Amino acid sequence: MQDSLLQRVTTAITGWAVALLLFFPIGWMVLTSFKTEGDAVKSSLAFTPTLASYGEVLARADYLSFALNSVVVSVGGTVLALLFAIPAAYSMAFHPTARTRGTLLWMLSTKMLPPVGVLVPIYLLFRTAGLLDSRIGLVLIYALMNLPIVVWMLFTFYKEVPNDILEAGRMDGARVFSEVWHLLLPLTMPGVASTGLLSLILCWNEAFWSLNLTSAGAAPLTTFIASFSSPEGLFFAKLSAASTMAVAPILVFGWFSQRQLVRGLTFGAVK
Amino acid sequence: MARRNRTGVIWGLAAVLSVSAGAAQADSTITIATVNNGDMVVMQKLSAQFEQQHPDIHLRWVVLEENVLRQRVTTDIATKAGQFDVMTIGNYEVPIWAKQGWLEPMDNLPASYAVDDLLKPVRDALTYNGKLYGLPFYAESAMTYYRTDLFDKAGLKMPDAPTYEQIRGFADKITDKAHQVYGMCLRGKPGWGENMAYVTSLVDAEGGQWFDMQWKPTIDTPAWKKAITYYSDILKTDGPPGATSNGFNENLALFGSGHCGMWIDATVAGGLLYDKKQSSVADKVGFAPMPTGSYKGGPTWLWSWNLGIPASSKQKDAARAFVTWATSKEYIRLVAKENGWVSVPPGTRQSTYDSPDYKSAAPFAGFVLNAINVANPKGATEQPRPYEGAQFAAIPEFQGIGTQVGQTIAGTLSGQSTVDQALKTAQSATERTMRQAGYPKK
Repeated sequence: MQDSLLQRVTTAITGWAVALLLFFPIGWMVLTSFKTEGDAVKSSLAFTPTLASYGEVLARADYLSFALNSVVVSVGGTVLALLFAIPAAYSMAFHPTARTRGTLLWMLSTKMLPPVGVLVPIYLLFRTAGLLDSRIGLVLIYALMNLPIVVWMLFTFYKEVPNDILEAGRMDGARVFSEVWHLLLPLTMPGVASTGLLSLILCWNEAFWSLNLTSAGAAPLTTFIASFSSPEGLFFAKLSAASTMAVAPILVFGWFSQRQLVRGLTFGAVK
Repeated sequence: MARRNRTGVIWGLAAVLSVSAGAAQADSTITIATVNNGDMVVMQKLSAQFEQQHPDIHLRWVVLEENVLRQRVTTDIATKAGQFDVMTIGNYEVPIWAKQGWLEPMDNLPASYAVDDLLKPVRDALTYNGKLYGLPFYAESAMTYYRTDLFDKAGLKMPDAPTYEQIRGFADKITDKAHQVYGMCLRGKPGWGENMAYVTSLVDAEGGQWFDMQWKPTIDTPAWKKAITYYSDILKTDGPPGATSNGFNENLALFGSGHCGMWIDATVAGGLLYDKKQSSVADKVGFAPMPTGSYKGGPTWLWSWNLGIPASSKQKDAARAFVTWATSKEYIRLVAKENGWVSVPPGTRQSTYDSPDYKSAAPFAGFVLNAINVANPKGATEQPRPYEGAQFAAIPEFQGIGTQVGQTIAGTLSGQSTVDQALKTAQSATERTMRQAGYPKK
């Protein structure tokens, strides 16, 4: 069935409008990062671009060490979460028990508590375990933080896979590990990939735990951004420059992997 | 083959993670937590010189925005986690934390440090039970900024000691809303350190205070009503639109871009408004003391940023070496040499204000010194009071109370409530908080 021209034009305009609306804050941030502090607080669009803010930001903080921390803790947190979530989701999707539904809901309920509510206990645990200001500590907390969502997403993807396929594998003598590794994962790869990407983005953007549990050694880019807003003195341009530098890597990464992401999110195994 | 590669990647990653977690800590590395105000940024840049003088001490910096930093260091010090060796804290925290035993006393300072050179009101605010618990890095009071060109145009002259009634008259005359010139800009953004800093000082000037000697809140008194009515009226008549979203920075931007006729705020704005890079009215800024109300001589405004050493620090000697360096006369001279006298951290030492170079570089210096010297944070309000502090009440509960009352007061600007309603709500909310906190304690 062919859409009429009017329908196609309307879809295009709506799509572009939504995209521009969503992109506007980021675009404005990038623009602001090239202004002087004085221009940044004016609402006018006319200004002479300058790289002064970028120079100032780079002079004041070691961007690369923050960026490296971000990469390590985001990738580490995501990999760790997947390591636990893949077997968990497999068992719940293909070998459900009477308590599976309840377990899934209970896992999700842990996301309902605002993180600040457990700040002091977690801080004390980290202090005792010597995990404060360490990347391992952040990897652990990120993995735990994303685990419910990762399990849920993988669970829904796995649910799409007919049990018959896995059963056929079992008939041919596949053990649990081979079943997951050779059948389930290849079948659901787009789903696993998009789950991983989402988890990676969530880790990258996480600010509460990274601000509170790190000081100088393991601080990722979110704390890098936080160091440029100031209660006394103008800071919009510097903050925008720092934020632009912080989102740039994940933006580029997201751009390259958007096909995976879209495929994963609209994924169905044999539909 | 492909399979082995993939497992290899996972093991490699695990190896990277475990190595990075075990990164070694040198013996004399100290971690300094600080806010990112201009003077601290300068300190961070110049600290390379400290490391040259002390090759055995290495510095690690954690720079955060004020509220984030406060939450971060409070968590750390309250759990005695010892993540920081030097903390930048306000004169609000110093006595409260000293009482808890969280801070190292700053006694036995070397004679060359010249502790008597520190301005007395600043030093007093950091003293608990006769001992200093923090060394001041910079300090500020508040003053009135005005546009000399607008005053000239209207044929007005700013008196040497303006009163709030005079200020209202001036504001009415220079307000020109058609050209977006607003006679009076004041903090309206709710928060204990935002609008309530100014409001507390205004209430003191009208003879009010936060609590009476029995720790009963006194927000429903005529003094508060007079002060809040004035505040609400002047901002509605002569203030910029949307005043409830204006804090220090927003007003700085408004004044700096020529939209304010007058502005009463922290003295640190003097240097910023005077800076041609940030302010388009740099050559048209006049200075005057804070206006006075019906009660003269009460506490006005004193804030200092100080370097303190948490009792949980494991590198106290190195931390002390840094703290005394960063708050010394030599450091001030170093900033003057590197960045010019106008950039030196203000408000801490008499010797700074005795320097002819500073006086000529910073024409507002005299006003700042005077404002700090009369700030009177330990002084009395019109009625006796059981707490200390100038533009805040130095009790742990004040952060919560101040922010809550700040929201109620902001409601009078946006028209959500009348002054009477707001004061009644604030009074009962504060009474409840104080009761829950166990007051009266004595």
